[in-house]
Amino acid sequence: MENLTVKVNGVEVSVPAGSTVLEAAHIAGVEIPTLCYMKEINEIGACRICITEVNEGRGFRLVAACVYPCSNNMEILTSSPKVIESRKRTLELILSTHDRKCLSCVRSGNCELQKLCKDYGIEDASVYDGATNKYEIDDSAAHMYRDNNKCILCRRCVAVCSKTQGIGVIGANERGFKTFIGSAFDMGLGETSCVSCGQCIAVCPVGAISEKDYTKDVLAAIADPAKTVLVQTAPAVRAGLGECFGLPIGTNVEGKMAAALRRLGFDKVFDTDFGADLTIMEEANEFIERVKNGGVLPMITSCSPGWVKFCEHYFPDMTENLSSCKSPQQMFGATAKTYYAEKMGIDPKDIVMVSIMPCTAKKFEIGRDDQSAAGVPDVDYALTTRELGRMIERAGINFNALPDEKFDDPLGISTGAGVIFGATGGVMEAALRTAIHTLTGETVTDLPEVRGTAGIKEACYKVGDMDVKVAVVSGLANAREVLEKVQKGEADYHFIEIMACPGGCVNGGGQPQQPASVRNFVDIRAERAKVLYDLDKSMPLRQSHENPAIKAVYEEFFGEPGSHKAHEVLHTTYVKRSVN
Amino acid sequence: MKTLEELKVVRESMEGEVALRTNGNASSKYERHVLVCGGTGCTSSGSPKIIEKLEAELAEKGLTDKIQIVKTGCFGLCERGPIMIVYPEGSFYSRVNIDEIHRIVDEHLIGGNPVKEFLYDETVEGDTIKSLDDTSFYKKQHRVALRNCGVIDPENINEYIGRDGYKALGKVLTSMTPEEVIQTILDSGLRGRGGGGFPTGMKWKLARNIVPNADMKYVCCNADEGDPGAFMDRSVLEGDPHVVLEAMTIAGYAIGAKQGYIYVRAEYPIAVERLNIAIKQARETGMLGQNIFGTDFSFDIDLRLGAGAFVCGEETALMTSIEGNRGEPRPRPPFPAEKGLFQKPTILNNVETYANIPQIILNGADWFASMGTEKSKGTKVFALGGKIKNTGLVEVPMGTTLREVIEEIGGGIPNGKKFKAAQTGGPSGGCIPAEHFDIPIDYDNLIGIGSMMGSGGLIVMDEDNCMVDIAKFFLEFTVDESCGKCTPCRIGTKRMYEILDKITKGQGTLEDIDKLEELCYHIKANSLCGLGQTAPNPVLSTLRYFRDEYIAHVVDKKCPAGVCKDLLSFEIVKDNCIGCGMCAKQCPASAISRTDYVAPGKKLAAMEIDKTKCVKCGACIASCKFKAIIKK
Amino acid sequence: MNSAKSTVPFKGTPEQEAKLIAVIEEKKGDKGALMPILQKAQEIYGYLPIEVQTIISDKTGIPLEKIYGVVTFYAQFSLYPKGEYTISVCLGTACYVKGSGDIYNKLQEKLGIAGGECTADGKFSLDACRCIGACGLAPVLTVNEDVYGRLTVDDVDKILAKYA
Repeated sequence: MENLTVKVNGVEVSVPAGSTVLEAAHIAGVEIPTLCYMKEINEIGACRICITEVNEGRGFRLVAACVYPCSNNMEILTSSPKVIESRKRTLELILSTHDRKCLSCVRSGNCELQKLCKDYGIEDASVYDGATNKYEIDDSAAHMYRDNNKCILCRRCVAVCSKTQGIGVIGANERGFKTFIGSAFDMGLGETSCVSCGQCIAVCPVGAISEKDYTKDVLAAIADPAKTVLVQTAPAVRAGLGECFGLPIGTNVEGKMAAALRRLGFDKVFDTDFGADLTIMEEANEFIERVKNGGVLPMITSCSPGWVKFCEHYFPDMTENLSSCKSPQQMFGATAKTYYAEKMGIDPKDIVMVSIMPCTAKKFEIGRDDQSAAGVPDVDYALTTRELGRMIERAGINFNALPDEKFDDPLGISTGAGVIFGATGGVMEAALRTAIHTLTGETVTDLPEVRGTAGIKEACYKVGDMDVKVAVVSGLANAREVLEKVQKGEADYHFIEIMACPGGCVNGGGQPQQPASVRNFVDIRAERAKVLYDLDKSMPLRQSHENPAIKAVYEEFFGEPGSHKAHEVLHTTYVKRSVN
Repeated sequence: MKTLEELKVVRESMEGEVALRTNGNASSKYERHVLVCGGTGCTSSGSPKIIEKLEAELAEKGLTDKIQIVKTGCFGLCERGPIMIVYPEGSFYSRVNIDEIHRIVDEHLIGGNPVKEFLYDETVEGDTIKSLDDTSFYKKQHRVALRNCGVIDPENINEYIGRDGYKALGKVLTSMTPEEVIQTILDSGLRGRGGGGFPTGMKWKLARNIVPNADMKYVCCNADEGDPGAFMDRSVLEGDPHVVLEAMTIAGYAIGAKQGYIYVRAEYPIAVERLNIAIKQARETGMLGQNIFGTDFSFDIDLRLGAGAFVCGEETALMTSIEGNRGEPRPRPPFPAEKGLFQKPTILNNVETYANIPQIILNGADWFASMGTEKSKGTKVFALGGKIKNTGLVEVPMGTTLREVIEEIGGGIPNGKKFKAAQTGGPSGGCIPAEHFDIPIDYDNLIGIGSMMGSGGLIVMDEDNCMVDIAKFFLEFTVDESCGKCTPCRIGTKRMYEILDKITKGQGTLEDIDKLEELCYHIKANSLCGLGQTAPNPVLSTLRYFRDEYIAHVVDKKCPAGVCKDLLSFEIVKDNCIGCGMCAKQCPASAISRTDYVAPGKKLAAMEIDKTKCVKCGACIASCKFKAIIKK
Repeated sequence: MNSAKSTVPFKGTPEQEAKLIAVIEEKKGDKGALMPILQKAQEIYGYLPIEVQTIISDKTGIPLEKIYGVVTFYAQFSLYPKGEYTISVCLGTACYVKGSGDIYNKLQEKLGIAGGECTADGKFSLDACRCIGACGLAPVLTVNEDVYGRLTVDDVDKILAKYA
């Protein structure tokens, strides 16, 4: 593709044809603010905060930089008095309808609107105050709050829900000044077929959407001497948590995270990666059994609770295809409250199992039926990466200065196969490593075909005398596309990995929010995934079945994968749900 | 019909019939044609009952094969509806009452003598009856877009063909290349009649060329006439629906499209019905469908109904709406010529624009370009409304002055009131004061004086209209109709409305006027679509020409026109009051009581109003025969 | 229009549902079929309550929220049943400058309802509309199909009496 020459604030730069004014300015080293725009997610030119002056030979005029294409010899002014004035006034108008409770807002400090107000020197936030619409806070869903009083109608959440995830349980209702984001007939989100993926939270520029915060409850449990409080951390958390403390995207903070959790007072600091290795043992076994015994194929992974809920609502006829394995979080909790409790002589009722997850759907998952192997819920609290970040901050822990520490034994021992669970393709790769070994005795540790951030990946592997056709999918709109193909008989996969969030758990709805100014130019999915693949590479053991702690738990407790006991503790059932 | 020959046969068989209604001496099968307006205005004032009665009378007298009743579209002079015209005389009966039919049938249709007392008074001068074309309402008009309205039966395709209908389509398909068609439209200088004034030929050319080898293209017609007070497009659709179908088909040929959509307001049931009939007839006669006129060109048109959203008049919003979404505009570029309906190259023109196309093809670009001003060619249809004698529909050459339209054609302001302003362009336009009365109306002049052409609504206001209140009225409209997508329009127009409301309630400050003006410029420059970009115009233009009225509201706390209730007070001039007490009886708030004061020469004590109780309804003023009550 | 579910119980009949499903089947292959389907559905039921929108969502696969978003965007669609007589007062410019605002206010006062509402007995509902195009008759109101023009405030009682 040819290049165009444009002048940004008088400086000539060459930009690829098809670049927007926003992209051209970025190339010239100038960032233009955006509120509604988020690359590839929401490109509607609605908020007008990116307004910029351009001249295409007929004089300067204001355009929305986020969607306006460059033309050759275009002159761009990104911070002329007219531009600054326009942005400031638009901000003031937004503020006149915004519930300005910054001091008590969960997003204070990383709110995109707040930052713009500082950048543009808003002197009087109330200058255009007038009538506002008042909304009740929606707390009906298991995982989040929606507070429309803070909503600025950027519609990123709507776009991510309907386009990226193909769900569309929230959208714009009414029109004009009365426009608001909501569900049909003002249903609470909990009444709809929302799958709890939390992608809306991840993209919200302000505090209008946030996860339900359980940090207080967890701190209370820690303070209760009668309770043994165990914590497990999902693979993707170590790839994201550092962002809460200003570390570059893609920093591995596994060691500091373990140290911080210990300082927060958890009795044992364990690793969900152990649960992931356990999942592989069960899931690889289940897959082999299904292939051998003519079970339902394709088998589809069940680690991602957002995906599972999606399947139950939108493809209820395909719940048979779901692996009956609990997710790693739940397997971990179930094992902790049975095997570990027994081993340590603790009453499972006195164990408080806390998980740290990159995910909001995990908050829904812990409340599902058939997830209480010891007669009490397998997991008591599922906190997001962000909640953990807040706990650490509140405790005054100087995260970046912490030493690297290790997880506790035995449930902190894991392999490289467990850690890559946090990225799209990771579950498939881990499962195949073990399945191939089980069937052929070969050791294969690198399956590059299923790696990378593409939304749909396909591969075919020769395992013994069988051609195993697999698909790896992330993002639920992609899942819908693949499942429709399967239903129509246009695809004959044996095994499909589906993760609800685009790019997998590293980009989960519970991960630290990155503003559009970052996401428009950095692929956070790839940066965070790299942490996990680097870790995998660096680990001595890279196949789940090699994990000594896993071997021990089978020897001491479950017997073998797929055993009766394993089924009781580690497997679950699904329900069919309706669409609303 | 598959050939021009067949079309010609139909045309020739109908020519005599329709010619009777224009030049009065043609060979019709009937002795007389009685044309009754079936447009919305006249239908509302009772024309269907007139037709029923006529039919019954004629049947009773055995005249059905001698006298033809034709239900036409709008004649234009809605003020005088229901309207009936009898040819060959061209007698123009106005405000026809059902009881008058009997005499008209007896004396005129049978007796041959028009019933003068029922005729439109302007056509009667002593003993002579003037031709309609000599009345002030029609004299200065020049009908191009409206040429068939009020002449033909819109539900009969053959009448349209009799007036050269589908001849232009035949010519285009059999003897012109698409490029020649586009060049003709370009040369004619025709600009979009929907408001923006973009050159129509340019639009077509872009849509033809910008995406090579597009697998699908669309031709759309904007019939979502949303300006409150504008009804030009409705009249064309009701009176001459085939002209739109023919023009869209020509456009389809020119740009290489096979499918057209007409997006029409659901609030126009008569127009919708006639369009449906017209589409059906056009399909039956082969004017729509496969291989039109035996060529390899095929084209079809579907109707889509709007559902009550003004913003859908904006081109991208209209397309989003046809696609089945909330009618929210999209950023441009990409322009519809590149990515329009369903992401395919699309042209969108409004009804009146299309209504000019067949005439341009038949008479040539030069003919069209000979009318109008340098940069605005042809004619423009206006819907005259408000404080004007002859409300209705007029078509005049571009460049006609406001004075000619309002005073000569419109007959001026009724009730001896003084003209204050003319509003053009609806909620996107502005109010033009008397000082610009002699400016020739065209696209550029109107923009120059802070208004715009818009689709052609022209509302006249007199001294009793408060310009702040009018600005508030338009802003209320915009707030209601803003789609809510972009910030400046969604929040900004609401804040503008709130400031205007404050001012009309006497709570405004001079700073509020500044703030209002700042918001105007901000919203104009920053909004996503044309609706927001033009929404401040009613405020800006009234601030420009009637700032003193704003100041009066803010500083003196007075509404000079006596409209803004919160600023009014009602008083009884005691020396004029005879003490009859009528006002006290009418007062819904019991705010009026008797005083002790007896005015000189009066017998009873005068009344007075308790201002704390007064609700300013005006009932007392209406009840007082002695002009003793004033509002100020 | 106000959002949320109607408090009036839904009284749809199997015949209405069969008609609606036939409409959906006929149109659902068309591009952009949602608006025509909603228009027909409103013709069939008189309004678009959750029960009707749910049928449309189920049969077309369009998310319910999207349908609701479209319904609440356009003024013509109603979530509530209309009165036996729907009174629409034109508040277009031509009518407004001739006093239709006063007529609208008078009607609200007389009927005891605000615009967009329906009287408790289900008899009248009142709306403001934007230009029905009968500007020559301004100010204008319509009661169902009947048009009344050249009105004054005093005509309101007479018109209401006709439908009492």
